[in-house]
Amino acid sequence: MKAFRSAVITFPGSNCDRDMADALEKVSGTAPFRVWHGDAELPAGLDFIALPGGFSYGDYLRSGAMAARSPIMQAVIAAAGKGVPVLGVCNGFQVLTEAGLLPGALMRNAGIRFVCREVALTVANNQSLFTSGYAAGERIVVPVAHHDGNYFADAATLDRLEGEGRVAFRYAEAVNGSARDIAGVLNGTGNVLGMMPHPERAIEPAHGGTDGRALFESAVKGLVGA
Amino acid sequence: MKVRVHVSLKNGVLDPQGRAIHHAIEGLGFSGVKDVRAGRLIELEVDDSVTDAALDEMASKLLANMVIENYRIERVPA
Repeated sequence: MKAFRSAVITFPGSNCDRDMADALEKVSGTAPFRVWHGDAELPAGLDFIALPGGFSYGDYLRSGAMAARSPIMQAVIAAAGKGVPVLGVCNGFQVLTEAGLLPGALMRNAGIRFVCREVALTVANNQSLFTSGYAAGERIVVPVAHHDGNYFADAATLDRLEGEGRVAFRYAEAVNGSARDIAGVLNGTGNVLGMMPHPERAIEPAHGGTDGRALFESAVKGLVGA
Repeated sequence: MKVRVHVSLKNGVLDPQGRAIHHAIEGLGFSGVKDVRAGRLIELEVDDSVTDAALDEMASKLLANMVIENYRIERVPA
C-alpha cells in the first residue's frame, strides 16, 4: 500500500484543522501536509485535500466567502477539476459552495441559533469515494457545530442533485432547516464532498462515537488500497 | 466617488434573520409590520475611472452570492 498523500488547508480562523489532520493520520497512517491559505501551490501528487471547519476570516461578508477567494483555493479548484478528491467539512463546505465547486449555499440556521450537538444522519449515497464504507441508508451519529448550515438551492438544482444521487448524507432529525434535509452533497464527478457534520470528530471511542471513521477509511481504501 | 452596493435576499429565499427581527419588532409593541427582510449595504469609495462593468463584476463575484442574493449598485454624487 502506497503512502496516502493528503493535505489539510488552514485559513485564518480555521479551528478544526488539527482534528482533521489527526483523523487523516490515524486512519491512513501518514501525516497530511499542512498548507496555509496564502500558499499559491499545493504539494505535488496529492491523493486527497481537506478543507476543515472553523470561522475562516471571521465569517466576514458571508461564511466561506473570503476563503473561497484566497490564493490556495485557486490551486484547490484546479486540483478538483483534475479529479483530486476534496472534502469540505462545516466551514469547508461553506468554502466549497462559495468557490463554486458545489451548488447551493449555506444560510443562517432556520432556528437562528448556533447548533452544537450530536445528530443522526442517514447515508443517502454509499457508492461514492467518501461513503463506500457505509451501508445504503445506514443511520450514523456525528456531531454538528454551526450557525450557517441551512442548505439552500433552487428546486431545479435540488431535483438534479437527488436525481443524480449527489446527496451523500441527510439529517435524520430537524437540525437547521436545510432543504430536503440535505447534510452533505457531492459534485457532478463525485470527487468533491461538502458536509456540515464533522466526521473527523467521531473517529475514536474517546470522541464518544466512531461513526465518522468509515468516511476516511472509504477514501483511503479507494485511493491507495488498504 | 461613493458607490453603494445594496445586497438583498432573492424572493423565495427564506430569511430567518428577517423573521427574528419581525418578531422583535412585534415584541416591542409595534403593529402593522407585514414582513421583514434583512440585507446588507456595502459602501465603496472609488476613483471616477472605475466603470459600471467593473462594479458589476465586484458585486457578482464577491459582494453578493448570486445563488441566494440580488444586488443593486448606486453611484452617490459627491
